[in-house]
Amino acid sequence: MSTISREEVAHLARLARLEVTDVELDAFAGQLDVILQSMKTLAEVDTDGVQPTSHAVPLVNVFREDQPQPSLPRDAVLAGGPDTAEDRFRVPRILDEEA
Amino acid sequence: MTGHRAIDQTAAHMADAIRTGRATSYAITEAHLDRIDAIDGAIGAFLHVDREGALATAREVDEAIARGEELGPLAGVPIAIKDVVVTKGLPTTAASKILEGWIPPYDATIVERIKAAKMPILGKTNMDEFAMGSSTEYSAFHKTRNPWDTGRIPGGSGGGSAAAVAAKMAPLAIGTDTGGSIRQPGAVTGTFGAKPTYGGNSRYGLIAFSSSLDTPGPVARNALDAALLHEVISGYDPRDSTSIDAPVPPVVEAARLGATGDLSGVKLGVVKEFKEGADAAEPGVVAAYEAGVEQLVKLGAEIVEVSCPSFTYALPTYYLIAPSEASSNLARYDGVRYGLRAGDDGKHSLEEVMSLTREAGFGPEVKRRIILGTYALSAGYVDAFYGKAQKVRTLIKQDFEKAFAQVDAIISPTTPFIAFEFGARTGDPYQMYLADLYTIPTNMYGGPGVSVPVGLSEGMPVGLQVMGPVLGDDITYRVAAALESTQDVLLADTAPEIEGK
Repeated sequence: MSTISREEVAHLARLARLEVTDVELDAFAGQLDVILQSMKTLAEVDTDGVQPTSHAVPLVNVFREDQPQPSLPRDAVLAGGPDTAEDRFRVPRILDEEA
Repeated sequence: MTGHRAIDQTAAHMADAIRTGRATSYAITEAHLDRIDAIDGAIGAFLHVDREGALATAREVDEAIARGEELGPLAGVPIAIKDVVVTKGLPTTAASKILEGWIPPYDATIVERIKAAKMPILGKTNMDEFAMGSSTEYSAFHKTRNPWDTGRIPGGSGGGSAAAVAAKMAPLAIGTDTGGSIRQPGAVTGTFGAKPTYGGNSRYGLIAFSSSLDTPGPVARNALDAALLHEVISGYDPRDSTSIDAPVPPVVEAARLGATGDLSGVKLGVVKEFKEGADAAEPGVVAAYEAGVEQLVKLGAEIVEVSCPSFTYALPTYYLIAPSEASSNLARYDGVRYGLRAGDDGKHSLEEVMSLTREAGFGPEVKRRIILGTYALSAGYVDAFYGKAQKVRTLIKQDFEKAFAQVDAIISPTTPFIAFEFGARTGDPYQMYLADLYTIPTNMYGGPGVSVPVGLSEGMPVGLQVMGPVLGDDITYRVAAALESTQDVLLADTAPEIEGK
């Protein structure tokens, strides 16, 4: 039985802001199913009472002096943007006009 | 092909010749740039070459030496840098269309250290897009060919760095290793690659893939050269909160000790579970590896079988954790602050422009992993998938800790198969993932691992992996250098000569 449907893949792609094509959806659904089948083997492992590891080498409370550091020059940062105006990144409209 | 050209020497020899005035950095750097011009059309290791910048640094080194200044141990030795590491003023794309044309306004910490060490930067090397892959076939720009057989892959994700070093276009390179991206390309191109202890060097300025796993490290043609570079780039960085504030393990000293060829008293573990069932390597790989183990035994090492039952689950664990972190890290590519923007025609909303940009800018493997990570982190699945994987990660760490109570280091083949032909594994992503079967456990644990060339199978290089305890990078170099001491000619020096244009 397939672990993930084409519809689920389409939903996930939308959540991840990927405008995937129908051809991609067909391919990904099959491929992700194979990958997820292998992941199901983790269910065999007894992890009762096991603490999760989020980082390889645990460090706690990494503090530093709160000293101001120079930032990157504004123009150098804006130079990498696809579209800038008035010393800012320009973006398409965010709100619907009728909203 | 071993020879007497400038490019045939080890990095250690080049550094010594420059320091003592027997050669200039300019001549050595130029020889590598000329080599790139002559053969990279056939290999495709580089995405960007910086002839002027490299020669300018070389000239500075020669002038400083003429003035009698003391410079660092690799001053004047040129280096190539994987395109996932940001370099101020040099294009950096992570081999993705989404970052095409972006010029970073800052240097990664490891690049700052390379510049402070006065190493000329030759250029940026090709890779799988965002370091996701094992063949460099997922580069958005072009293939990189294996110098041993140009019909085969150079490994990945750092196939460009490995191929550049194997084909003597660079004596040294930087790679990054999240699940094997330094070691597996090293194994299949007959070069030396080291993944240092996680946190042993800085991730600041690495384009993030999986932040709890990403580790930059050296690529070279032998252990000592890699160790010299390891010491240049490593050490605490306050700009990376996961970097470890501890002395850098003495890897150069360890490589020199290993080269004496004495491993008496050293206990090497072999993992029982790697030898069994579906996790077994190709027979030719096993044969080359076992011949290497015999050599290590002759040098005095004692082989001890260790059991690490959770390693069997390392691959699915990795493919839950790494894509989950990637789906979060790659959210920043939204067409607003850098790189590509698509569909901004006045008719589409910001959200639509983001989706169109990401669809146009990302390749298939990156999309698959973003979707996989989004799935593993979504409500209803997060405990069963991501949470479960984090717990299994703990068990993998515990297996390592138990093993290192018995042995000094663990050895294995680096990857189950030799370099495969182009297209052989792109149809089924899971078949590609198997390339990292033996390298992934170390990433889960955080310890160091190196791949050293051990022999040939079907005329293609095979690597032996040495894994050490956290901050025990020195033992991995010592064992690898000892293995090299048994080879009359280093395997890296027997690569076939590439015919240039």
